[in-house]
Amino acid sequence: MEYSLLTICYLIASITFILGLKMLSNPASARKGNQIAAIGMAIAIFGTIFLYEGKDIKLGNYLWIFGGIAIGTIIGAFAAKKVKMTDMPQMVSLFNGMGGACAAIISIVEFNHLMHDHSIGNSFLSDINGTNLLIIMAGLIIGSVSFTGSMIAWAKLDGRLHDYSFKGQHLVNIFLLLAAIGLSTFVLLSRPEQTILFFYIILGLSVMYGILFVMPIGGADMPVVISLLNSFTGVAAACGGFLYDNKAMMTGGILVGAAGTLLTMLMCKAMNRSLTNVLIGSFGGNAASAAASGGSQGQYKQISLSDTAVLMSYSSKVVIVPGYGLAVAQAQHACHELEKLLTEKGVQVTYAIHPVAGRMPGHMNVLLAEADVSYEKLKEMEEVNDEFPYVDAVLVLGANDVVNPAAKTDPTSPIYGMPILDVELAKHVIVNKRSMKPGYAGIENDLFFRPKTSMLFGDSKKVIQDLIAEIKNL
Amino acid sequence: MEFIQQFITDNQQMIYIVILMIFVGIEVIGRVPSVLHTPLMSGANAIHGVVIIGAIIVMGKADSSDYIALILGFLAVILGTLNVVGGFVVTDRMLEMFNKKK
Repeated sequence: MEYSLLTICYLIASITFILGLKMLSNPASARKGNQIAAIGMAIAIFGTIFLYEGKDIKLGNYLWIFGGIAIGTIIGAFAAKKVKMTDMPQMVSLFNGMGGACAAIISIVEFNHLMHDHSIGNSFLSDINGTNLLIIMAGLIIGSVSFTGSMIAWAKLDGRLHDYSFKGQHLVNIFLLLAAIGLSTFVLLSRPEQTILFFYIILGLSVMYGILFVMPIGGADMPVVISLLNSFTGVAAACGGFLYDNKAMMTGGILVGAAGTLLTMLMCKAMNRSLTNVLIGSFGGNAASAAASGGSQGQYKQISLSDTAVLMSYSSKVVIVPGYGLAVAQAQHACHELEKLLTEKGVQVTYAIHPVAGRMPGHMNVLLAEADVSYEKLKEMEEVNDEFPYVDAVLVLGANDVVNPAAKTDPTSPIYGMPILDVELAKHVIVNKRSMKPGYAGIENDLFFRPKTSMLFGDSKKVIQDLIAEIKNL
Repeated sequence: MEFIQQFITDNQQMIYIVILMIFVGIEVIGRVPSVLHTPLMSGANAIHGVVIIGAIIVMGKADSSDYIALILGFLAVILGTLNVVGGFVVTDRMLEMFNKKK
Protein backbone atom coordinates (compact mmCIF):
# COMPACT_ATOMS: atom_id res chain seq x y z
CA MET A 1 0.00 0.00 0.00
CA GLU A 2 2.66 2.44 1.05
CA TYR A 3 4.79 1.42 -1.86
CA SER A 4 2.10 2.28 -4.37
CA LEU A 5 1.63 5.67 -2.73
CA LEU A 6 5.35 6.27 -3.24
CA THR A 7 4.95 5.35 -6.91
CA ILE A 8 2.38 8.12 -7.20
CA CYS A 9 4.77 10.54 -5.47
CA TYR A 10 7.44 9.71 -8.01
CA LEU A 11 5.00 10.08 -10.87
CA ILE A 12 4.02 13.53 -9.67
CA ALA A 13 7.67 14.46 -9.27
CA SER A 14 8.52 13.32 -12.80
CA ILE A 15 5.67 15.33 -14.26
CA THR A 16 6.66 18.46 -12.34
CA PHE A 17 10.24 18.13 -13.62
CA ILE A 18 9.09 18.06 -17.24
CA LEU A 19 6.56 20.82 -16.70
CA GLY A 20 9.06 22.88 -14.71
CA LEU A 21 11.70 22.65 -17.41
CA LYS A 22 9.15 23.55 -20.06
CA MET A 23 8.03 26.63 -18.12
CA LEU A 24 11.63 27.61 -17.40
CA SER A 25 12.24 28.13 -21.09
CA ASN A 26 9.67 30.92 -21.30
CA PRO A 27 10.34 34.29 -19.62
CA ALA A 28 6.76 34.76 -18.44
CA SER A 29 6.39 31.42 -16.67
CA ALA A 30 10.00 30.72 -15.71
CA ARG A 31 9.75 31.48 -12.02
CA LYS A 32 6.62 29.45 -11.56
CA GLY A 33 8.25 26.57 -13.42
CA ASN A 34 11.16 26.58 -11.02
CA GLN A 35 8.79 26.56 -8.05
CA ILE A 36 6.71 23.73 -9.46
CA ALA A 37 9.81 21.62 -9.97
CA ALA A 38 10.88 22.42 -6.40
CA ILE A 39 7.54 21.26 -5.03
CA GLY A 40 7.81 18.05 -7.03
CA MET A 41 11.28 17.53 -5.63
CA ALA A 42 10.03 18.00 -2.07
CA ILE A 43 7.27 15.43 -2.66
CA ALA A 44 9.82 12.96 -4.01
CA ILE A 45 12.23 13.51 -1.12
CA PHE A 46 9.69 13.21 1.69
CA GLY A 47 7.95 10.36 -0.08
CA THR A 48 11.24 8.48 -0.16
CA ILE A 49 11.99 9.15 3.49
CA PHE A 50 8.64 7.99 4.84
CA LEU A 51 7.36 5.51 2.30
CA TYR A 52 10.35 3.76 0.79
CA GLU A 53 10.55 0.03 1.28
CA GLY A 54 13.39 -1.91 -0.25
CA LYS A 55 13.52 -5.68 -0.50
CA ASP A 56 12.29 -6.60 2.98
CA ILE A 57 13.99 -3.64 4.68
CA LYS A 58 12.54 -0.29 5.59
CA LEU A 59 14.75 2.72 5.82
CA GLY A 60 16.33 3.51 9.16
CA ASN A 61 18.86 6.03 10.41
CA TYR A 62 16.28 8.80 10.39
CA LEU A 63 18.41 10.93 12.66
CA TRP A 64 21.25 10.85 10.15
CA ILE A 65 18.95 11.53 7.22
CA PHE A 66 17.25 14.51 8.79
CA GLY A 67 20.55 15.76 10.18
CA GLY A 68 22.10 15.67 6.72
CA ILE A 69 19.12 17.34 5.10
CA ALA A 70 19.05 20.04 7.77
CA ILE A 71 22.76 20.81 7.37
CA GLY A 72 22.49 20.80 3.58
CA THR A 73 19.41 23.02 3.60
CA ILE A 74 20.91 25.60 5.93
CA ILE A 75 24.22 25.86 4.11
CA GLY A 76 22.62 25.67 0.66
CA ALA A 77 19.93 28.25 1.30
CA PHE A 78 22.36 30.57 3.06
CA ALA A 79 24.96 30.36 0.30
CA ALA A 80 22.35 30.83 -2.40
CA LYS A 81 20.82 33.85 -0.68
CA LYS A 82 24.14 35.50 0.07
CA VAL A 83 25.88 35.08 -3.26
CA LYS A 84 26.28 38.23 -5.31
CA MET A 85 24.57 38.22 -8.69
CA THR A 86 27.95 38.64 -10.35
CA ASP A 87 29.19 35.41 -8.75
CA MET A 88 26.20 33.41 -9.92
CA PRO A 89 28.04 31.26 -12.50
CA GLN A 90 30.51 29.98 -9.90
CA MET A 91 27.65 29.14 -7.57
CA VAL A 92 25.84 27.08 -10.19
CA SER A 93 29.08 25.23 -10.87
CA LEU A 94 29.61 24.60 -7.17
CA PHE A 95 26.12 23.16 -6.65
CA ASN A 96 26.54 21.07 -9.76
CA GLY A 97 29.73 19.61 -8.33
CA MET A 98 27.90 18.68 -5.12
CA GLY A 99 25.40 16.66 -7.16
CA GLY A 100 28.20 14.92 -9.00
CA ALA A 101 29.98 14.05 -5.76
CA CYS A 102 26.71 12.74 -4.34
CA ALA A 103 26.29 10.40 -7.32
CA ALA A 104 29.89 9.19 -7.03
CA ILE A 105 29.49 8.45 -3.32
CA ILE A 106 26.31 6.47 -3.96
CA SER A 107 28.27 4.35 -6.40
CA ILE A 108 31.07 3.75 -3.89
CA VAL A 109 28.68 2.68 -1.13
CA GLU A 110 26.69 0.41 -3.43
CA PHE A 111 29.90 -1.12 -4.73
CA ASN A 112 30.93 -1.91 -1.16
CA HIS A 113 27.54 -3.54 -0.63
CA LEU A 114 27.97 -5.71 -3.69
CA MET A 115 31.44 -6.76 -2.62
CA HIS A 116 30.42 -7.28 0.98
CA ASP A 117 27.54 -9.57 0.09
CA HIS A 118 29.88 -11.67 -1.93
CA SER A 119 32.80 -11.78 0.46
CA ILE A 120 30.76 -13.29 3.31
CA GLY A 121 28.85 -15.73 1.15
CA ASN A 122 30.57 -18.42 -0.78
CA SER A 123 29.63 -17.00 -4.11
CA PHE A 124 32.07 -15.92 -6.78
CA LEU A 125 32.73 -12.50 -8.20
CA SER A 126 31.27 -13.69 -11.46
CA ASP A 127 27.88 -14.03 -9.77
CA ILE A 128 27.60 -10.29 -9.32
CA ASN A 129 24.83 -8.85 -11.41
CA GLY A 130 26.51 -7.37 -14.47
CA THR A 131 23.92 -4.67 -14.96
CA ASN A 132 24.37 -3.37 -11.44
CA LEU A 133 28.13 -3.35 -11.73
CA LEU A 134 27.96 -1.54 -15.06
CA ILE A 135 25.63 1.12 -13.70
CA ILE A 136 27.68 1.57 -10.54
CA MET A 137 30.85 2.10 -12.52
CA ALA A 138 29.16 4.47 -14.96
CA GLY A 139 27.80 6.50 -12.03
CA LEU A 140 31.24 6.52 -10.44
CA ILE A 141 33.06 7.76 -13.53
CA ILE A 142 30.51 10.36 -14.62
CA GLY A 143 29.84 11.58 -11.08
CA SER A 144 33.47 12.06 -10.16
CA VAL A 145 34.39 13.72 -13.47
CA SER A 146 31.47 16.08 -12.95
CA PHE A 147 32.54 16.77 -9.35
CA THR A 148 36.20 17.56 -9.97
CA GLY A 149 35.46 19.33 -13.25
CA SER A 150 32.91 21.60 -11.57
CA MET A 151 35.27 22.36 -8.72
CA ILE A 152 37.97 23.44 -11.16
CA ALA A 153 35.43 25.50 -13.13
CA TRP A 154 34.33 27.14 -9.90
CA ALA A 155 37.89 27.92 -8.83
CA LYS A 156 38.71 29.39 -12.23
CA LEU A 157 35.65 31.62 -12.40
CA ASP A 158 36.32 32.71 -8.85
CA GLY A 159 39.83 33.72 -9.85
CA ARG A 160 41.48 31.16 -7.59
CA LEU A 161 43.00 29.18 -10.43
CA HIS A 162 44.38 30.17 -13.79
CA ASP A 163 44.48 28.35 -17.07
CA TYR A 164 47.05 25.65 -16.96
CA SER A 165 48.14 23.31 -19.69
CA PHE A 166 51.21 21.34 -20.58
CA LYS A 167 52.48 19.77 -23.74
CA GLY A 168 50.55 16.71 -24.77
CA GLN A 169 47.81 17.33 -22.26
CA HIS A 170 45.14 16.27 -24.73
CA LEU A 171 46.88 12.94 -25.18
CA VAL A 172 47.10 12.48 -21.41
CA ASN A 173 43.41 13.32 -21.11
CA ILE A 174 42.39 10.87 -23.80
CA PHE A 175 44.61 8.26 -22.19
CA LEU A 176 43.01 8.79 -18.77
CA LEU A 177 39.52 8.52 -20.16
CA LEU A 178 40.27 5.44 -22.23
CA ALA A 179 42.06 3.86 -19.28
CA ALA A 180 39.05 4.42 -17.02
CA ILE A 181 36.61 3.03 -19.57
CA GLY A 182 38.91 0.18 -20.58
CA LEU A 183 39.53 -0.89 -17.00
CA SER A 184 35.77 -0.81 -16.28
CA THR A 185 35.09 -2.99 -19.28
CA PHE A 186 37.81 -5.40 -18.20
CA VAL A 187 36.43 -5.64 -14.66
CA LEU A 188 32.92 -6.09 -16.00
CA LEU A 189 33.77 -8.84 -18.46
CA SER A 190 36.41 -10.87 -16.68
CA ARG A 191 35.81 -10.12 -12.97
CA PRO A 192 39.45 -10.26 -11.84
CA GLU A 193 40.50 -11.07 -8.26
CA GLN A 194 41.55 -7.48 -7.65
CA THR A 195 38.16 -5.99 -8.57
CA ILE A 196 38.17 -3.77 -5.48
CA LEU A 197 41.61 -2.37 -6.22
CA PHE A 198 40.65 -1.71 -9.83
CA PHE A 199 37.48 0.04 -8.73
CA TYR A 200 39.47 2.61 -6.78
CA ILE A 201 41.97 2.98 -9.61
CA ILE A 202 39.03 3.82 -11.88
CA LEU A 203 37.90 6.39 -9.32
CA GLY A 204 41.40 7.92 -9.31
CA LEU A 205 41.56 8.04 -13.10
CA SER A 206 38.16 9.75 -13.31
CA VAL A 207 39.12 12.33 -10.70
CA MET A 208 42.32 13.11 -12.60
CA TYR A 209 40.44 13.30 -15.87
CA GLY A 210 37.91 15.77 -14.45
CA ILE A 211 40.71 18.05 -13.27
CA LEU A 212 42.85 17.90 -16.38
CA PHE A 213 39.93 18.22 -18.75
CA VAL A 214 38.75 21.57 -17.37
CA MET A 215 42.19 22.96 -16.46
CA PRO A 216 43.24 24.24 -19.90
CA ILE A 217 39.85 25.60 -20.99
CA GLY A 218 39.79 29.37 -21.01
CA GLY A 219 37.48 31.51 -18.92
CA ALA A 220 35.35 32.68 -21.82
CA ASP A 221 34.35 29.10 -22.59
CA MET A 222 33.60 28.23 -18.99
CA PRO A 223 29.79 28.57 -19.28
CA VAL A 224 29.79 25.91 -21.97
CA VAL A 225 31.83 23.62 -19.74
CA ILE A 226 29.54 24.16 -16.76
CA SER A 227 26.52 23.41 -18.90
CA LEU A 228 28.20 20.25 -20.17
CA LEU A 229 29.12 19.11 -16.66
CA ASN A 230 25.55 19.89 -15.65
CA SER A 231 24.26 17.38 -18.15
CA PHE A 232 26.92 14.89 -16.96
CA THR A 233 25.55 15.10 -13.44
CA GLY A 234 22.10 14.52 -14.87
CA VAL A 235 23.29 11.27 -16.43
CA ALA A 236 25.04 10.30 -13.18
CA ALA A 237 21.75 10.83 -11.32
CA ALA A 238 20.01 8.65 -13.90
CA CYS A 239 22.54 5.89 -13.18
CA GLY A 240 21.29 5.98 -9.59
CA GLY A 241 17.76 5.72 -10.93
CA PHE A 242 18.72 2.63 -12.90
CA LEU A 243 20.32 1.07 -9.85
CA TYR A 244 17.34 1.56 -7.55
CA ASP A 245 14.76 1.09 -10.29
CA ASN A 246 13.64 4.58 -9.36
CA LYS A 247 11.63 6.31 -12.07
CA ALA A 248 11.80 9.81 -10.59
CA MET A 249 15.60 9.76 -10.54
CA MET A 250 15.58 8.29 -14.00
CA THR A 251 13.30 10.89 -15.59
CA GLY A 252 14.89 13.81 -13.75
CA GLY A 253 18.41 12.71 -14.58
CA ILE A 254 17.92 11.90 -18.24
CA LEU A 255 15.78 14.99 -18.75
CA VAL A 256 18.59 17.19 -17.46
CA GLY A 257 21.16 15.14 -19.35
CA ALA A 258 19.35 15.70 -22.65
CA ALA A 259 18.26 19.29 -22.05
CA GLY A 260 21.72 20.15 -20.71
CA THR A 261 23.40 18.74 -23.80
CA LEU A 262 21.12 20.74 -26.07
CA LEU A 263 21.66 23.85 -23.96
CA THR A 264 25.41 23.35 -24.26
CA MET A 265 25.10 23.25 -28.02
CA LEU A 266 22.84 26.33 -28.07
CA MET A 267 25.43 28.20 -26.01
CA CYS A 268 28.18 27.15 -28.38
CA LYS A 269 26.08 28.39 -31.26
CA ALA A 270 25.53 31.74 -29.54
CA MET A 271 29.30 32.11 -29.36
CA ASN A 272 29.88 30.58 -32.78
CA ARG A 273 32.20 27.94 -31.37
CA SER A 274 31.98 24.24 -31.91
CA LEU A 275 31.95 21.99 -28.89
CA THR A 276 35.06 20.12 -29.99
CA ASN A 277 36.81 23.43 -30.41
CA VAL A 278 35.92 24.39 -26.86
CA LEU A 279 37.07 21.07 -25.47
CA ILE A 280 40.21 20.59 -27.52
CA GLY A 281 41.44 24.00 -28.67
CA SER A 282 42.45 25.71 -25.45
CA PHE A 283 41.33 29.31 -25.56
CA GLY A 284 44.15 31.10 -23.79
CA GLY A 285 46.85 29.23 -25.68
CA ASN A 286 47.49 31.68 -28.51
CA ALA A 287 47.12 34.73 -26.31
CA ALA A 288 50.80 35.51 -26.40
CA SER A 289 51.00 35.75 -30.18
CA ALA A 290 47.82 37.80 -30.41
CA ALA A 291 49.00 40.21 -27.74
CA ALA A 292 52.30 40.63 -29.54
CA SER A 293 50.62 41.59 -32.79
CA GLY A 294 48.44 44.05 -30.92
CA GLY A 295 51.41 45.81 -29.35
CA SER A 296 52.09 48.14 -32.25
CA GLN A 297 48.57 49.51 -32.41
CA GLY A 298 49.55 53.09 -31.74
CA GLN A 299 47.62 55.83 -30.05
CA TYR A 300 44.25 55.91 -28.40
CA LYS A 301 42.49 59.11 -27.46
CA GLN A 302 40.78 59.99 -24.24
CA ILE A 303 37.58 61.93 -23.78
CA SER A 304 36.61 64.07 -20.80
CA LEU A 305 33.48 63.56 -18.74
CA SER A 306 31.94 66.86 -19.80
CA ASP A 307 32.49 66.11 -23.48
CA THR A 308 30.86 62.71 -22.98
CA ALA A 309 27.94 64.36 -21.22
CA VAL A 310 27.42 66.83 -24.08
CA LEU A 311 27.80 64.15 -26.74
CA MET A 312 25.30 61.85 -25.11
CA SER A 313 22.63 64.37 -24.21
CA TYR A 314 22.58 65.85 -27.72
CA SER A 315 22.39 62.50 -29.44
CA SER A 316 19.08 61.19 -30.61
CA LYS A 317 20.01 57.54 -30.30
CA VAL A 318 22.34 56.04 -27.69
CA VAL A 319 23.20 52.39 -27.20
CA ILE A 320 24.76 51.13 -23.99
CA VAL A 321 26.90 47.98 -24.21
CA PRO A 322 27.25 46.52 -20.72
CA GLY A 323 29.99 44.01 -19.93
CA TYR A 324 31.48 42.21 -16.99
CA GLY A 325 33.26 45.39 -15.86
CA LEU A 326 29.87 46.94 -15.15
CA ALA A 327 28.84 43.92 -13.14
CA VAL A 328 32.02 43.90 -11.08
CA ALA A 329 31.66 47.60 -10.30
CA GLN A 330 28.01 46.97 -9.30
CA ALA A 331 27.13 49.80 -11.65
CA GLN A 332 23.85 48.45 -12.98
CA HIS A 333 21.75 50.77 -10.81
CA ALA A 334 23.76 53.84 -11.77
CA CYS A 335 23.48 52.71 -15.35
CA HIS A 336 19.70 52.55 -15.13
CA GLU A 337 19.68 56.05 -13.67
CA LEU A 338 21.75 57.35 -16.57
CA GLU A 339 19.33 55.72 -18.97
CA LYS A 340 16.34 57.35 -17.26
CA LEU A 341 18.00 60.77 -17.26
CA LEU A 342 18.82 60.56 -20.96
CA THR A 343 15.33 59.33 -21.79
CA GLU A 344 13.90 62.37 -20.00
CA LYS A 345 16.02 64.54 -22.25
CA GLY A 346 14.45 62.88 -25.27
CA VAL A 347 17.32 60.58 -26.11
CA GLN A 348 16.37 57.12 -27.23
CA VAL A 349 18.39 54.70 -25.10
CA THR A 350 18.68 50.94 -25.58
CA TYR A 351 21.00 48.26 -24.24
CA ALA A 352 22.85 45.93 -26.56
CA ILE A 353 23.21 42.57 -24.91
CA HIS A 354 25.75 40.21 -26.37
CA PRO A 355 24.73 36.56 -25.88
CA VAL A 356 27.70 35.99 -23.58
CA ALA A 357 27.88 39.40 -21.94
CA GLY A 358 28.91 38.94 -18.34
CA ARG A 359 30.12 35.45 -17.70
CA MET A 360 27.22 33.35 -18.96
CA PRO A 361 24.49 33.68 -21.57
CA GLY A 362 21.71 35.71 -20.03
CA HIS A 363 23.85 36.73 -17.07
CA MET A 364 23.76 40.41 -18.05
CA ASN A 365 19.98 40.33 -18.41
CA VAL A 366 19.72 39.09 -14.85
CA LEU A 367 21.99 41.85 -13.60
CA LEU A 368 20.10 44.59 -15.44
CA ALA A 369 16.76 43.17 -14.41
CA GLU A 370 18.02 43.44 -10.85
CA ALA A 371 18.36 47.19 -11.44
CA ASP A 372 14.79 47.46 -12.78
CA VAL A 373 15.78 48.05 -16.37
CA SER A 374 12.72 47.36 -18.47
CA TYR A 375 12.73 44.24 -20.57
CA GLU A 376 11.90 46.08 -23.82
CA LYS A 377 15.08 48.14 -23.61
CA LEU A 378 17.30 45.08 -23.77
CA LYS A 379 18.13 44.31 -27.37
CA GLU A 380 19.73 41.09 -28.48
CA MET A 381 22.73 41.11 -30.74
CA GLU A 382 21.11 40.29 -34.10
CA GLU A 383 18.48 42.93 -33.54
CA VAL A 384 20.83 45.71 -32.54
CA ASN A 385 23.58 45.08 -35.09
CA ASP A 386 21.33 46.36 -37.89
CA GLU A 387 20.72 49.56 -35.98
CA PHE A 388 24.29 50.60 -35.23
CA PRO A 389 24.76 52.71 -38.39
CA TYR A 390 21.93 54.96 -37.19
CA VAL A 391 23.24 55.30 -33.66
CA ASP A 392 24.89 58.54 -32.60
CA ALA A 393 26.82 57.31 -29.60
CA VAL A 394 27.68 53.95 -28.14
CA LEU A 395 28.75 53.71 -24.54
CA VAL A 396 30.72 50.54 -23.86
CA LEU A 397 30.75 49.86 -20.13
CA GLY A 398 33.37 47.34 -19.08
CA ALA A 399 32.88 45.14 -22.14
CA ASN A 400 35.85 44.17 -24.24
CA ASP A 401 35.99 40.88 -26.12
CA VAL A 402 32.37 41.12 -27.29
CA VAL A 403 33.14 44.32 -29.22
CA ASN A 404 36.56 43.27 -30.51
CA PRO A 405 36.63 43.55 -34.31
CA ALA A 406 39.46 41.00 -34.39
CA ALA A 407 36.76 38.36 -34.09
CA LYS A 408 35.80 39.30 -37.66
CA THR A 409 39.03 40.38 -39.25
CA ASP A 410 41.90 38.46 -37.70
CA PRO A 411 41.86 34.71 -38.35
CA THR A 412 44.77 34.19 -35.94
CA SER A 413 42.85 35.67 -33.04
CA PRO A 414 41.62 33.15 -30.46
CA ILE A 415 38.16 34.67 -30.59
CA TYR A 416 38.02 34.64 -34.40
CA GLY A 417 34.55 33.65 -35.54
CA MET A 418 32.72 34.74 -32.40
CA PRO A 419 29.84 37.03 -33.37
CA ILE A 420 30.38 40.53 -31.99
CA LEU A 421 28.46 43.74 -31.57
CA ASP A 422 29.34 45.99 -34.51
CA VAL A 423 29.74 49.12 -32.40
CA GLU A 424 32.27 50.58 -34.84
CA LEU A 425 29.43 51.30 -37.28
CA ALA A 426 28.05 53.96 -34.94
CA LYS A 427 29.10 57.60 -35.23
CA HIS A 428 30.92 57.71 -31.89
CA VAL A 429 32.11 55.01 -29.57
CA ILE A 430 32.96 55.80 -25.96
CA VAL A 431 34.67 52.99 -24.13
CA ASN A 432 34.74 52.96 -20.37
CA LYS A 433 37.39 50.69 -18.87
CA ARG A 434 39.52 50.79 -15.81
CA SER A 435 42.74 50.62 -17.80
CA MET A 436 44.08 49.45 -21.14
CA LYS A 437 44.44 45.92 -19.81
CA PRO A 438 43.05 43.20 -22.12
CA GLY A 439 39.77 41.46 -21.37
CA TYR A 440 39.00 37.94 -20.25
CA ALA A 441 40.24 36.26 -23.39
CA GLY A 442 43.59 37.98 -22.81
CA ILE A 443 43.87 39.73 -26.16
CA GLU A 444 44.29 43.31 -27.34
CA ASN A 445 41.30 45.13 -28.74
CA ASP A 446 41.84 47.00 -31.98
CA LEU A 447 38.61 48.94 -31.44
CA PHE A 448 40.24 51.17 -28.81
CA PHE A 449 42.66 52.56 -31.38
CA ARG A 450 40.10 53.40 -34.06
CA PRO A 451 39.59 57.09 -34.90
CA LYS A 452 35.92 57.03 -33.87
CA THR A 453 36.71 55.59 -30.46
CA SER A 454 37.39 57.60 -27.34
CA MET A 455 38.44 56.14 -24.02
CA LEU A 456 36.92 57.13 -20.71
CA PHE A 457 38.98 55.54 -17.95
CA GLY A 458 37.75 54.78 -14.47
CA ASP A 459 35.58 52.49 -12.40
CA SER A 460 32.22 52.07 -14.18
CA LYS A 461 30.09 53.06 -11.23
CA LYS A 462 32.07 56.19 -10.41
CA VAL A 463 32.25 57.24 -14.05
CA ILE A 464 28.51 56.83 -14.57
CA GLN A 465 27.69 58.75 -11.39
CA ASP A 466 29.96 61.61 -12.44
CA LEU A 467 28.46 61.51 -15.90
CA ILE A 468 24.97 61.80 -14.44
CA ALA A 469 26.06 64.83 -12.43
CA GLU A 470 27.60 66.42 -15.54
CA ILE A 471 24.47 65.86 -17.60
CA LYS A 472 22.32 67.39 -14.87
CA ASN A 473 24.58 70.46 -14.90
CA LEU A 474 24.25 71.08 -18.61
CA MET B 1 26.69 -9.84 -27.37
CA GLU B 2 24.81 -12.10 -25.04
CA PHE B 3 25.42 -9.62 -22.27
CA ILE B 4 23.92 -6.80 -24.31
CA GLN B 5 20.83 -8.83 -25.19
CA GLN B 6 20.41 -9.81 -21.58
CA PHE B 7 20.87 -6.20 -20.51
CA ILE B 8 18.20 -4.92 -22.87
CA THR B 9 15.72 -7.63 -21.95
CA ASP B 10 16.26 -7.09 -18.23
CA ASN B 11 15.89 -3.34 -18.40
CA GLN B 12 13.33 -2.81 -21.11
CA GLN B 13 11.25 -0.32 -19.16
CA MET B 14 14.23 1.78 -18.12
CA ILE B 15 15.59 1.88 -21.64
CA TYR B 16 12.25 3.10 -22.93
CA ILE B 17 12.25 5.85 -20.30
CA VAL B 18 15.78 6.88 -21.28
CA ILE B 19 14.91 7.17 -24.95
CA LEU B 20 11.65 9.01 -24.40
CA MET B 21 13.18 11.39 -21.88
CA ILE B 22 16.00 12.29 -24.24
CA PHE B 23 13.42 13.46 -26.76
CA VAL B 24 11.30 15.20 -24.14
CA GLY B 25 14.35 17.01 -22.75
CA ILE B 26 15.36 18.27 -26.17
CA GLU B 27 11.83 19.15 -27.23
CA VAL B 28 10.96 20.97 -24.03
CA ILE B 29 13.77 23.54 -24.12
CA GLY B 30 14.12 23.68 -27.89
CA ARG B 31 13.01 27.28 -28.29
CA VAL B 32 14.55 28.92 -25.27
CA PRO B 33 15.67 32.54 -25.79
CA SER B 34 19.33 33.15 -24.94
CA VAL B 35 18.19 35.51 -22.19
CA LEU B 36 17.08 32.48 -20.21
CA HIS B 37 20.14 30.30 -20.74
CA THR B 38 21.60 30.98 -17.34
CA PRO B 39 18.42 30.52 -15.28
CA LEU B 40 17.55 27.42 -17.31
CA MET B 41 20.95 25.89 -16.66
CA SER B 42 20.57 26.68 -13.00
CA GLY B 43 17.06 25.21 -12.89
CA ALA B 44 18.19 22.04 -14.64
CA ASN B 45 21.07 21.92 -12.16
CA ALA B 46 18.55 21.86 -9.32
CA ILE B 47 16.47 19.14 -10.98
CA HIS B 48 19.36 16.70 -11.26
CA GLY B 49 19.50 17.06 -7.50
CA VAL B 50 17.03 14.12 -7.55
CA VAL B 51 20.18 12.17 -6.93
CA ILE B 52 19.41 12.98 -3.28
CA ILE B 53 16.80 10.19 -3.38
CA GLY B 54 19.61 7.72 -3.98
CA ALA B 55 21.56 9.26 -1.11
CA ILE B 56 18.58 8.89 1.22
CA ILE B 57 18.18 5.24 0.24
CA VAL B 58 21.89 4.58 0.80
CA MET B 59 21.73 6.29 4.18
CA GLY B 60 18.53 4.56 5.23
CA LYS B 61 19.79 1.12 4.29
CA ALA B 62 23.18 1.51 5.96
CA ASP B 63 23.80 -0.93 8.75
CA SER B 64 24.43 0.89 12.02
CA SER B 65 27.72 -0.94 12.46
CA ASP B 66 28.97 -0.07 9.00
CA TYR B 67 30.67 3.22 9.72
CA ILE B 68 32.02 3.75 6.23
CA ALA B 69 28.53 3.47 4.73
CA LEU B 70 27.09 5.71 7.44
CA ILE B 71 29.67 8.45 6.97
CA LEU B 72 29.61 8.30 3.18
CA GLY B 73 25.81 8.19 3.16
CA PHE B 74 25.61 11.16 5.50
CA LEU B 75 28.01 13.09 3.30
CA ALA B 76 25.96 12.16 0.22
CA VAL B 77 22.74 13.39 1.85
CA ILE B 78 24.37 16.72 2.72
CA LEU B 79 25.83 17.17 -0.76
CA GLY B 80 22.59 16.18 -2.46
CA THR B 81 20.57 18.57 -0.32
CA LEU B 82 23.03 21.36 -1.11
CA ASN B 83 22.48 20.70 -4.80
CA VAL B 84 18.69 20.70 -4.52
CA VAL B 85 18.15 23.58 -2.10
CA GLY B 86 20.97 25.77 -3.40
CA GLY B 87 19.93 25.13 -6.99
CA PHE B 88 16.30 26.05 -6.57
CA VAL B 89 16.99 29.08 -4.38
CA VAL B 90 19.61 30.52 -6.75
CA THR B 91 17.30 30.01 -9.72
CA ASP B 92 14.43 31.64 -7.89
CA ARG B 93 16.59 34.62 -7.01
CA MET B 94 17.59 35.08 -10.62
CA LEU B 95 14.05 34.80 -11.93
CA GLU B 96 12.62 37.03 -9.23
CA MET B 97 14.48 39.87 -10.89
CA PHE B 98 12.90 39.17 -14.25
CA ASN B 99 9.42 39.26 -12.84
CA LYS B 100 9.75 42.25 -10.57
CA LYS B 101 9.19 45.03 -13.04
CA LYS B 102 6.22 43.51 -14.79
